[in-house]
Amino acid sequence: MINIIWVGMLVIGVIVGGMSGRIEQVTAAALQASEAAVSLSFKLIGVMSLWLGIMKIADKSGVIRLCTWLIRPLTRWLFPSIPKDHPALGAIMMLLSANALGLGNAATPLGLKAMQELQKLNMDKETASDAMCTLLALTTAGFTLIPATVIALRSAAGSLGPTEIVATTLMASLTANCAVILCDKCCQRFFGDRGRH
Amino acid sequence: MLRMVETAAAWAIPLILLVIPLLGCLKRVPVYETFVEGAAEGFQTAIRIMPFLIAMMVAINVFKASGAMDAVITCLKPGLLLLKVPPELVPLAVMRPLSGTGALGITTDILHTYGADSLVGRTASTILASTDTTLYILTVYFGSVGIKKIRYAMGVGLFGDFVGFMAAVYYCQVFFKG
Repeated sequence: MINIIWVGMLVIGVIVGGMSGRIEQVTAAALQASEAAVSLSFKLIGVMSLWLGIMKIADKSGVIRLCTWLIRPLTRWLFPSIPKDHPALGAIMMLLSANALGLGNAATPLGLKAMQELQKLNMDKETASDAMCTLLALTTAGFTLIPATVIALRSAAGSLGPTEIVATTLMASLTANCAVILCDKCCQRFFGDRGRH
Repeated sequence: MLRMVETAAAWAIPLILLVIPLLGCLKRVPVYETFVEGAAEGFQTAIRIMPFLIAMMVAINVFKASGAMDAVITCLKPGLLLLKVPPELVPLAVMRPLSGTGALGITTDILHTYGADSLVGRTASTILASTDTTLYILTVYFGSVGIKKIRYAMGVGLFGDFVGFMAAVYYCQVFFKG
């Protein structure tokens, strides 16, 4: 799937660029984007290290175990394939709270941590497990309580009520989350990985 | 309302930095050593996702720069207009799942052109806040652990983006119109 999309974007991009006489822009875009990707991952090193360090403290002091226990009914229902008390549940809980607090890019390392834990439970290391798909669905739908970036953006644009959008954001992201959870449960029913976890 | 949310947003990270190490101390965890131990993983993780970021960002930017993105927007416009989506928001609908910086740019542009407190401005803000960059998340998350077959994850993610987008348009019309 991702192969087709990737090749598709490149092929269509080059052909359309050639036809519309924007081939130089295409070259420039390709070179600039590769540079931008490298500087983005370098920028992420700092935040990643920070959050992974804090998370380790939270882990060793039992904070994660406590929070995970609190939301266990929800995670048991969403991720039935994860065994009770597996560290993956803690990582998932941290990721979802970081998203809700609007940490943005700072949430990425927590997500990657959760994926690594889920990969340990995965039988076929090259194919996504059900739990991974559920986690991705929840993350891409992004449940947000405090949309900090957008509030700052609106303030900068001279809004009289930068936080007016908090209520609509909450409702829209709740709707999207309900939709993806339903959709994910249906997909698991129809294309669930039978024979594996 | 503004004050409360702003305070909450400003305090979110400092509070985490205060509470977790403090609890660690109370539990007699060697906090400094533990932090360093965890932070050491940050470098490898960031480097591991780099090739995936390069691959995706190059493809998306080639697609954008060639004018193909504009063609997609033109194609999708009639359908989205039928669903009562304001025409100003169509580019944002297409860009949101593909590129976070692209969507941020479009939203900034909308806020400055139509005003942050216009219906379009508020809707664009809601869309940006309530959905996430699906393609970035799929690439980075699956890439970091070496998953090649992503099954239905892309479909579910894009479906969520669509529902989030339509919900934002609908709720903003109900809340802010008149």
